[in-house]
Amino acid sequence: MGSRGAFDEIWGHGGPEAPRAEFSALSQWIADTPPEELQRRQQSAEAAFRQLGITFAVYGDSDAAERIIPFDIVPRMFLRHEWEKLSDGLVQRVEAINAFLEDIYGARRILDEGILPPELILRNEQFRPEVAGIRPPHGVWAHICGIDLVRTGPDEFYVLEDNARTPSGVSYMLENREAMIRLCPELFRDFRVAPVDSYPDMLLETMRSVAPLGRARPVCVVLTPGHFNSAYYEHSFLADSMGVELVEAADLVVDDDVVYMETIAGRVRVDVIYRRIDDDFLDPLVFRPDSLLGVPGLIAAYRAGNVALLNAPGNGIADDKAIYSYMPEIVRFYSGGEAKLPNVETWRCREPQALQYVLDNLPELVVKLVDGSGGYGMLVGPTATSAQIEAFRAALIAEPHRYIAQPTLALSTVPTLTDKGLAPRHVDFRPFVLTGSDKVRVVPGGLTRVALREGSLVVNSSQGGGTKDSFVLLGDAA
Amino acid sequence: MRIAVEHRSVYRFTQPQARIVQMLRLTPCDTQHQTVVSWMVGVDCDARLRDAVDGYGNAVTMLYAEGPIEAIEIAVTGEVLTTGNAGVLRGTPEPLPPALFLRTTPRTAPSPQLAAFAQDVTAGTDDPIERLHRLNQALHARFRCVPDVPDTGLTAAQAFAGAAKASRDVAQMFVSAARTLDAPARYVSGYRFDDHAQCAPHAWCEGWVAGLGWVAFDPVTGLSPDDGYVRVAIGLDSEGAAAVAGHRIGHGEEQLAVDLHVDQLGSEE
Amino acid sequence: MMMLSRTAAALYWLGRYVERADFIARLVEATIRLDALSARPAGEAAWLSALTVSYTDELFAATGHPATQAHVARFLTLEASNPGSITRCLEMARNNARAVRTALTREAWTAINRAWWLFANRASTGGATETLNLVEQVKGETRGFEGAIHRMMRNEATLLIQLGAAIERADNTARLVDVKYHLLLPAGESVGGAVDRDQWTTILQTVSAVTAYRWLYSEGLRPDNVIDLLVSRAELPRSLAACVEETVTLLSALAKRTGLQGEADRMARARLARIQKARTPDIIVGGLHEYLETFITENALLDGAIARQFRFL
Repeated sequence: MGSRGAFDEIWGHGGPEAPRAEFSALSQWIADTPPEELQRRQQSAEAAFRQLGITFAVYGDSDAAERIIPFDIVPRMFLRHEWEKLSDGLVQRVEAINAFLEDIYGARRILDEGILPPELILRNEQFRPEVAGIRPPHGVWAHICGIDLVRTGPDEFYVLEDNARTPSGVSYMLENREAMIRLCPELFRDFRVAPVDSYPDMLLETMRSVAPLGRARPVCVVLTPGHFNSAYYEHSFLADSMGVELVEAADLVVDDDVVYMETIAGRVRVDVIYRRIDDDFLDPLVFRPDSLLGVPGLIAAYRAGNVALLNAPGNGIADDKAIYSYMPEIVRFYSGGEAKLPNVETWRCREPQALQYVLDNLPELVVKLVDGSGGYGMLVGPTATSAQIEAFRAALIAEPHRYIAQPTLALSTVPTLTDKGLAPRHVDFRPFVLTGSDKVRVVPGGLTRVALREGSLVVNSSQGGGTKDSFVLLGDAA
Repeated sequence: MRIAVEHRSVYRFTQPQARIVQMLRLTPCDTQHQTVVSWMVGVDCDARLRDAVDGYGNAVTMLYAEGPIEAIEIAVTGEVLTTGNAGVLRGTPEPLPPALFLRTTPRTAPSPQLAAFAQDVTAGTDDPIERLHRLNQALHARFRCVPDVPDTGLTAAQAFAGAAKASRDVAQMFVSAARTLDAPARYVSGYRFDDHAQCAPHAWCEGWVAGLGWVAFDPVTGLSPDDGYVRVAIGLDSEGAAAVAGHRIGHGEEQLAVDLHVDQLGSEE
Repeated sequence: MMMLSRTAAALYWLGRYVERADFIARLVEATIRLDALSARPAGEAAWLSALTVSYTDELFAATGHPATQAHVARFLTLEASNPGSITRCLEMARNNARAVRTALTREAWTAINRAWWLFANRASTGGATETLNLVEQVKGETRGFEGAIHRMMRNEATLLIQLGAAIERADNTARLVDVKYHLLLPAGESVGGAVDRDQWTTILQTVSAVTAYRWLYSEGLRPDNVIDLLVSRAELPRSLAACVEETVTLLSALAKRTGLQGEADRMARARLARIQKARTPDIIVGGLHEYLETFITENALLDGAIARQFRFL
C-alpha cells in the first residue's frame, strides 16, 4: 500500500494545492521556502546532532555503530482541540495501566473476575513473580509512559503500542524543537506552539513526588547501562537537564536495604532511581544472576520501601503485545468507561478462529511477534514478497501463540523533504505521559517518527525511519 | 517429630573480597504441619542482616558485609516441630496462584525424552494425584540418588540424560515433567532427617492437585515427605529456591564447605 | 552534591588522554620536521626515539615494519592496535567524556567529539604534508578543548580534568627529555659536548618552547639551557617545575571544594619543595637520567595516591 488514498495531516486529501484550512499558513511556508533552503537547514540540524553525539546504534550493524537518526525539517502539527481530545484519552489509558499493574501484582481482581485469561498473565515471562506483593512508593508503577499512536483521518487516532517499561525518544522531542527554533524561527511567529522544554522539570517533579516517605530532600539519579548503550545520549541529556547524577550500576551499592552512590566523599543515599536498564539486569540476586550491569540488593531495598524505581520492575506485563489486545477491556474494567483512544483491531493468533482468519488474509495484514520490538520479526502483508508471506505462514502454524495480526492501516502522512522535493510520508507518534504521586501529565508534544521511504509504513529508526518535530498549537487557527 | 538443624556454610576466597551481598533463603516458616520453635541465622563477621518475604512467600534474609573478607561463615541453627500429613500441605503462605507454576524456566525446560517419559509412566490413569505419584515413583526407580553435590547449574533435561543424581536433579526433573502433564509443580529446598544417609541439604517438590491443594513428593524416596522434613523455600526451579544467591566484589576463586547436622530430638505426635 | 567516584576517575583520565593525544601530535609534528622536512634528515633514529618517548617502541617492533616516517607516523596517529596512538587516545578520551557527559559543557564535549570524528573511518595519513595537516587539526581541537575547560565553571570537574592533564604532562616532558638526552649522547661524551642543534630544536618544538627559550636564554641553543628550561623553569607551562606546581595548586583547590585532602596533597607538596630547591647544574652532575627516572616513578606514585584519595573505582 502506498500513500495514495492516505490522509495527509497538512494537505488533507486534496494535495499541496488544497491544504486543510487550518494549515494554509504552513502549506504557504512550505511553498515559499525553496527546497534547497529547507535542505540546507535540515543538514545544519543534522550536523548539530552529530556534533552533540545524538547517535544511536543499530542492532546487528557493527559498521555503522553510531549513526544519527535523520531529521525532517517540516513539522507535524496538532490542533488544539485534537490535542485536548488525545490528552484525555492518554490520561485515561495510563491511569488504567497503573491500576492494572497495581492489581496484577496485588489482589489480581481482574483474573478473579475473568476479564483476562489467567494463563496469559501467569505464564507470561513479563509477569515477574519476584516482585509480586511489592507495592511501589505511592502506588505508582508506570511513571513514564510512551504511547505509540497512529492516525488514519482527521479525527481517527489508534493506539498501536503501549510502552510502560523504559520508553525512549524524549530527547529527540526536545532536541528537534531546539533545532526548529534555531533554524525556522518564522514558524514560531506564525504559530503559537506549546513549549515542550519544561519536560525535564516535570520529570524531576514526578521523581521527587514518588520518593519514599520521610525523605525531605530526596536524591534522584538516572541509572544508565553505560555509554555504549544506544540511548546513552538520552540518559545523559535527561540527567543533565534535571541536574541529577547519571549513575551506572557500579556507582551504586546497597547496604542494609538502603541504596547509596559512591562519591569522592563517600556514600550518599539515593532515594529515587530513573532506571534505563531492563528488569533482567537490575539485580543479579533476583533476576539474571549473570548480569554485570545490575545492583545486588536493589530489589531488597525496593521491597523495603527505601527506594523508588521508575518505572517499576515488572511493568512489562502491561505493554506486552499479547496483553495489548485486551486493553479496551482493561480500560473498561478499571475506569468504568469505554476507552477514549481505541486500539487497532487485533487478531490473537493463539485463538484458533483468529489464526484461521489471519492465515486466510495474510497479504492484507500486518503480523507481529508478541515479544518482538523495533520493527523486527514483523510482516507487512501488502508490501511483502510471496516468499516472506509463506515464511510467516509456516511460523504462524508452528507457534501461533507468538503472533498477533492487525489490518494494514492507511497511516496518515505528513509532507516530508525528499530527494524529489516535498512528498507525503507515513508517520506515527509517541507522546509521553508522566505519572507522579499527585497527577498524570501529558507533555504537549512528542516524538513523530516518519518512514522516509516512499510508501513505507515502518518508522523504526533501525529500519530507515526519521523524526520530525511535533507542534501542539495553542490557537486553533493560524 | 522435633528436629534440630545445624547448618554451617563456609565460603573461603583465594583473594580478599571488597563486599559481599547475599540473599539467603534459609529460614522455614510456620505451616499447619511445621512449627518453628527457634531459628537463628548468624554470620561470623561484621555484617548487617535484614529479613523480608520474597514474591513466592519465602522468608529471605539479606546479608551485607564490607571487606576485606577472606572467609565468611553462615551458621543456621534451629528447632522445628513437624507432623506428617501424607504430603498434603496446609497453611503455607501462597501469594501466587498455582497456574504460575506451569511456567518453564531455563533449568526446567523439558527435553522430548523427559516429556515422553512423563507420558509413559502416567499412561492409563487420569487421576491427577495418581499421575503425580506414578511420576514420583518412576523417577525414584530410574535414578539412584547420591548425596548432595554442589550446584553446577545442571538442567532437568541434562540430568535426565544421565544416571546418578542429587536430590536437586530429581526434584527438578519431577517439576519439569509434571508441567508437561499440565500439573503446576514447584521445587522445594529444605532439610530431611535420615538415620542412614549422610547429612546434606535436601530438595524435593510439590505438585498442585485441584480440590486437594499442594502435595509434596520426594523422588529420592519415591514417597511423599513425612514428618522428617523441614520445608524452607520454594521456587520455579533449583535456582529460584537456592539457599544462597550471592554477589561479591573482588577477584579470585570461591570455595564452599558445608557442615550439616539434622537430628531428631524426640517424637511429639 | 558530591561527585561520583567514577565520574571523578573519568574526568581525570579524560584530562590525561587529551593531553596525551596532544603530546603525540606534537611529537609526530616535531619528528617530521626533524626528518622529512629538514635539510639534514635525521632518518630512522628520529622515529625510533619518537617511539621510545611514547612508550610504544616494543609494540612497533612487533609489527615488523621499518622505522620510516610513513610507518611510524601512521602507527602513532592512526594505528588502532597501538594503545598509544592519537586515535586510541582520542577514543579513550571520548569514552571517558561520554561517561561524564553531564559534567562537561557542550563546547568541551563537541571539541572531543570533533577530534574523534577526524579519525573515524580514516585509513591512511598520506604523506608528510597530510600528516602535518592532520596533527595540526588535532592540536586545534585539543586547544579548543582546553579553552572550553577554562571557560567551564571552576568546579571539581574542571579541576580534575586539569589535574589529569598536569600529571600526564609531567610524565610526557620527563620522558621526552630523558629519551632525547640519551639518544643524543654519543658514547663516552659528556653533557654539553657535540650535540646536534636540530635535535634540541625538535625537543623545544615538541613542547612549544622555541620562543620561550629565546626569551630566557641569550647565548643560543645549549643543551644545559634546554634542560634547565624543561626541568626547572616554572614559567614554561610544560616544564616539570610548572607541572609540579600546577598539581599542588589543583589539589589545594580540590581540597577547598571537596574537603578531601590527604596523601596526594602531601606527596605533591613534598615534590614541589624538592624541585624548587634543585639547581639544573646539580641535576646534570648527579645524573639527569637517574633524576628523570625517579621523577617518573614518583609521578606514577602520585597518580596512585590521587586515585585513592578521590576513591576512583
